[in-house]
Amino acid sequence: MGRYVVRRLLQMVPVFIGATLLIFLMVNVMGDPIAGLCGDRQCDPATAAQLKKEFGLDKPVWQQYLTYMGNVFTGDFGTAFNGQKVTELMATAFPVTIRLTVVAIVIEVVVGIALGVVTGLRRGRPIDTSVLLLTLIVISIPTFVTGLLLQLLLGVEWGWIKPSVSTDATFSELIVPGLVLASVSLAYVTRLTRTSIAENRRSDYVRTAVAKGLPRRRVIIRHLLRNSLIPVVTFIGTDIGALMGGAIVTERIFNIHGVGFQLYQGIVRQNTQTVVGFVTVLVLVFLVANLLVDLLYAVLDPRIRYA
Amino acid sequence: MRGATHAKWAACAAAVALAATACGSSGGSSSGGGDGSAVLSASWGDPQNPLEPANTNEVQGGKVLDMVFRGLKRYNAKTGKAEDMLADKIETTDSQNFTVTIKSGWKFSNGEAVTAKSFVDAWNYGASLKNNQKNAYFFGYIDGYDKVHPDSGSQSATTLSGLKVTGTDTFTIKLTQKFSTFPDTLGYAAYSPLPSTFFSDHAAWLKKPVGNGPYTIESYTKGSQMQLKKWDGYTNADKAQNGGVTLKVYTDNNTAYTDLMAGNLDLVDDIPASQLKNVKSDLGGRYINTPAGIIQTLAFPYYDKDWNKSGSEKVRQGLSMAINRDQITDTIFQKTRTPATDWTSPVLGTAGGFQDGLCGDSCKYDPTEAKKLVQEGGGLPGGQVKITYNADTGSHKEWVDAVCNSINNALGNDKACVGNPVGTFADFRNQIGQHKMTGPFRAGWQMDYPLIQNFLQPLYYTNASSNDGQWSNKDFDKLVDEANAETDTGKAIKLFQEAEGVVRDNMAAIPLWYQNGSAGYSDRLSNVALNPFSVPVYNEIKVG
Repeated sequence: MGRYVVRRLLQMVPVFIGATLLIFLMVNVMGDPIAGLCGDRQCDPATAAQLKKEFGLDKPVWQQYLTYMGNVFTGDFGTAFNGQKVTELMATAFPVTIRLTVVAIVIEVVVGIALGVVTGLRRGRPIDTSVLLLTLIVISIPTFVTGLLLQLLLGVEWGWIKPSVSTDATFSELIVPGLVLASVSLAYVTRLTRTSIAENRRSDYVRTAVAKGLPRRRVIIRHLLRNSLIPVVTFIGTDIGALMGGAIVTERIFNIHGVGFQLYQGIVRQNTQTVVGFVTVLVLVFLVANLLVDLLYAVLDPRIRYA
Repeated sequence: MRGATHAKWAACAAAVALAATACGSSGGSSSGGGDGSAVLSASWGDPQNPLEPANTNEVQGGKVLDMVFRGLKRYNAKTGKAEDMLADKIETTDSQNFTVTIKSGWKFSNGEAVTAKSFVDAWNYGASLKNNQKNAYFFGYIDGYDKVHPDSGSQSATTLSGLKVTGTDTFTIKLTQKFSTFPDTLGYAAYSPLPSTFFSDHAAWLKKPVGNGPYTIESYTKGSQMQLKKWDGYTNADKAQNGGVTLKVYTDNNTAYTDLMAGNLDLVDDIPASQLKNVKSDLGGRYINTPAGIIQTLAFPYYDKDWNKSGSEKVRQGLSMAINRDQITDTIFQKTRTPATDWTSPVLGTAGGFQDGLCGDSCKYDPTEAKKLVQEGGGLPGGQVKITYNADTGSHKEWVDAVCNSINNALGNDKACVGNPVGTFADFRNQIGQHKMTGPFRAGWQMDYPLIQNFLQPLYYTNASSNDGQWSNKDFDKLVDEANAETDTGKAIKLFQEAEGVVRDNMAAIPLWYQNGSAGYSDRLSNVALNPFSVPVYNEIKVG
């Protein structure tokens, strides 16, 4: 087990380097970012040259990349064009996005799995059909439609919530955005759990558990659900990364100043340092989440071993 | 039990991997609510540059500077005229050497007195190359600028030789050339005075800028919001009529508008284009739409021989007459732009040099005449014009397509004009800077100060800083030089208008429309107005 974890951590290194290099090159292809800093006019050449020197943009790309990576390993992610350290931006953006992701994941897990179990056990009944229909609708509606619609209804028409999230972005403010963010994944979790439960219901170990005379609740939670969760855990694991990086639309609609906001602004202003820094951290989140998922398999299914 | 061991390993792996990223986390401190009875909230955007006066060249940072600083002059929000603020008098006999006397009694909000040194130090800082100030070119008229800010190489001086402190409240300015309207440029934020703490503890100052204006900064959460409080120690007549302003950063102006509708925000100064149709029914009288000092034009690449030969001015005139400005401003911009009839802006006022109709027939829609002129001029270079624009911001695509449609219809040729989008603004500016344009390109000009000089010299003077198309005309240059040397303002403006006539006769750039500033506000507010820079006049807003 220990060796497996070490091997996986080592495998992360080339993936990490490859991903950051790609991002770095992509951002650089967009051209010289300094030209966009002076509004609708030409930057005066002396100041532009000075700025390029300060941000290291006068060097060849490979050298820029090496310097950047060197700095990253000492915890220095560079400086954004507005003079703020990128680490400072991360320190304000990540807590907000993590809170949003937590809200979304909790909604996904609690509601999604509960609905999945209920429908999986009552396959073909009216409740199953109506939940399936509902998830189909949710999957087919894009996030920005759900987001804007809920914002307009709850925020403006009925006045239950504030249409935008304040600077503090507390958990209670993030419930509606979290729901919007979670909605599509929620539908997938429901469907995955449902199929998996329905399949395993007829398996031998469940029959054995029932024959042993175990109470129904224990059979479902301890034996049936635990073994049925493997595909669901895989999905949720990869979803964590997707939710953190892909919240741009939801964050824009509800004016949440998280990772999506910083990435969007970084891209629009061609701020290499911000974009590469944030994406680097997101890549790490993805890698770690994937590793955790693989390790969780062993926790869920005793038959799986890592050596 | 085996499950527990596995879980432990999983947690361990996570800890190792996360420690490697070394991302510290300390939540931004901010005091959330607490909006008293007289504090208003307003929409804001994250400033692009650090909030230094000589480094702020866009409107979001400009909003803060306008509240926190007062300079020698200030532009009247209604007339756009430069009026004395800190300046007691600015005297000159030759339009080149100026003596400035400032009023005594002005203080920064940290108690430090505003003296002549506060100005001279600030200007020297702004001009110096090593400080990377993006507005440094503002000090380019002052003697010694080429030493502190050379075009290439390192600077040989740290202070401008043209600035001398001659007393606590007086200093002298020596310019490199005659420039009679120079005192009127001093209302721009780049000329603000700075307290000594700006230089002694720069990092702390940037966290919480200190100035001499009617507001002080209470708290500033970068990228999110800024709370400004009325400064009780401010004694001048233009003190704040409200208790304070909370500026909230919005990523999307649609959200800001929704917040205004829900009563969660008091003032939105950027109405989203998609809402312009509903704004009157949504807000009634609480919507303002006033001219701002912005003109949109189509510039041409004069470094390209095809656009710089005899007869090509007829092609440009023809193109100008092929554009149905009225229709485009009505349908696409919902009257938030006004068809242009000269190369300046209505905010200057007729006394300031704006001349309605100076462009004459060349800016009127006339398809038959347009077609004739293009043919007389030798037809379109290469048989087609491509209008280059950046597609990432604004609604540039919409109007460029509309302009092309209008041209195609007028010339009776489906392929006479096409749009040529460039992905990002930075790349667009890059291509312009490298002289890669092959046809007309989008050019917007937001004035630095409300003077006719600012609409002409930087854009059309030979090798001027924003003369992106490299247009050059001896007559124009001569008239501008004469105008700058003329001490009588009225005569100077006449000369500038003559110079503008040269621009018209050559159709150096096609004027499209004047841009308006628009804003909407909640029913808690009254006395809301936008100044000629389309920044709300915060200090005059009344709450409740």
